[in-house]
Amino acid sequence: MEQTAPFIGSRPAAEQRHWGEWIIEKLIQVAGLSTIVIIGLIFFFLLREGLPAFFEVPLRTLLGGRWYPIENLFGLWPLLVGSLLVTAGAILIAVPLGLITAIYMGEIAPRWQREILKPLIEMLAGIPSIVLGFLGWVVLAPLIQQAGASTGLTAFTGSIILAYMSLPTIISSSEDALSAVPTEYRDGALAIGATQWQTIWRVVVPAARSGIVIAIMLGIGRAIGETMAVLMVTGNAANVPALGLGMFFQPVRTMTATIAAEMGEVANGSVHYHTLFAIGILLFVITFAINSLAGRLVGTQGKRRRSSQL
Amino acid sequence: MSPKISLANLSFTYPDGVAALKNITLDIPANEIFVIFGPSRSGKSTLLRVLNRLSDLVEGAQHQGAVTFNNQNIFERDVNVTDLRRRISMVFAIPTPLPGSIRDNLTYGLRMAGIRDVQTLEERVMRSLKQAALWDEVKDRLDASAFALSGGQKQRLCLARSLALEPDVILLDNPTSGLDPLSTAMVEDSLYELKRRYTIIMVPHSTQQAARVADNAAFLLDGELVEVGKKSQLFMRPKNKRTEDYITGRFG
Repeated sequence: MEQTAPFIGSRPAAEQRHWGEWIIEKLIQVAGLSTIVIIGLIFFFLLREGLPAFFEVPLRTLLGGRWYPIENLFGLWPLLVGSLLVTAGAILIAVPLGLITAIYMGEIAPRWQREILKPLIEMLAGIPSIVLGFLGWVVLAPLIQQAGASTGLTAFTGSIILAYMSLPTIISSSEDALSAVPTEYRDGALAIGATQWQTIWRVVVPAARSGIVIAIMLGIGRAIGETMAVLMVTGNAANVPALGLGMFFQPVRTMTATIAAEMGEVANGSVHYHTLFAIGILLFVITFAINSLAGRLVGTQGKRRRSSQL
Repeated sequence: MSPKISLANLSFTYPDGVAALKNITLDIPANEIFVIFGPSRSGKSTLLRVLNRLSDLVEGAQHQGAVTFNNQNIFERDVNVTDLRRRISMVFAIPTPLPGSIRDNLTYGLRMAGIRDVQTLEERVMRSLKQAALWDEVKDRLDASAFALSGGQKQRLCLARSLALEPDVILLDNPTSGLDPLSTAMVEDSLYELKRRYTIIMVPHSTQQAARVADNAAFLLDGELVEVGKKSQLFMRPKNKRTEDYITGRFG
């Protein structure tokens, strides 16, 4: 009984602490919830401004291949194709290049080279996208035109610029994933007579696969949402290129570039205005799909690895 | 009989200046279990890693002296390191199954060595699993993931993986550290069988294990070779005071 007495005596103090706790807890809760609320609001306004387009513009026009707002033709198809072309090209360039660079940095390069490379790549991430776009316009576009394309401002030009924009993300995230692979795996493979390359390709890279998938998805995320540089170098022609390899060397127009270029000129509440928001909805859906696909890929692999450690 | 491996004045210094091995001269006879024991950080693991040149992976480390294996100094320039590691194979303290099935783990090293004949591969898989005393437990699920095995099974799988290459020498760096007594006994039992065909160099889990499995043993302390001798002599009547202190548990 004597022991419990001081506890009862200190109760007001405990109550005070409890209030302090309550306030801090609520602050954290508000901060956390506000993120959800803001995302909800973004989605709400996007839908409110964009959905009317689906009623105002006939579905056949929306799915059509002609984007001529002045003639009330709002075909989203060329914009979608433009975005997909530029992004796909960027992925084709950036993924192998990024992965190989990461492997070189993490597994092969001696320490002094690594210490030079890493900050350099981080610097590449810090270059404003508009500067890269400028570079594409001044240096890359003339080169591509000389190589035989009818104009230098093509989907391919955009792909290269976007690839270099997403490279730092892909490189540094995959390098993190590679360095998270336990040294024991490398030792184990080397100890049974694997060469360095066999060790990297058959053991280290497969073991880091989930991290590399995240890295690539992050890179794609950056590429598909990018606006300014793409606006500068892709030529901005809203046409559907003919199928074939040549389609990379024609001017295209992406969804993001369309919004950026035309938003300032439309009348608030017009059909055109609503359609631009509808493009936003489409972009939102695409990025959401990519993110959840990445989450699912990584989720199942992560689970497998966890259970394997038991 | 000439020794399988001879160390002559071998020293090894890490890039931070720590001398892990100091002037070690040692002969390791063929077809026996040679145990290298001592307190932690005495250089045991470094010694094993030097023997198959995994120590090459430490950037900026330096070594002096010679290691002779089959009449050749392994540090000579024309030595094929990959080949050396197939001849002197290593099993680590933490079992390191590689991503893939049980069968993949065993054929992995073989395929990299250029062996592709399916029948040879199958034969080697079976024989190495039997040698590592794992065959009966996994023969019905060779295509299951290697990660699904228990800790003891994983370690025997790693042993089998080394055996599949039919090496001359097997290096075991504390192979029973994570195992329960039963699995430990199984690994030790398979070692007695294996020494008929292979030379086994082992860093043991404890002095007790050293005394159990060794034919010959070497006691390392701070990178120095304190004493080397037959098990009966070294563990019963050590010549050196420091060896005696360590074995009787006065330090370490």
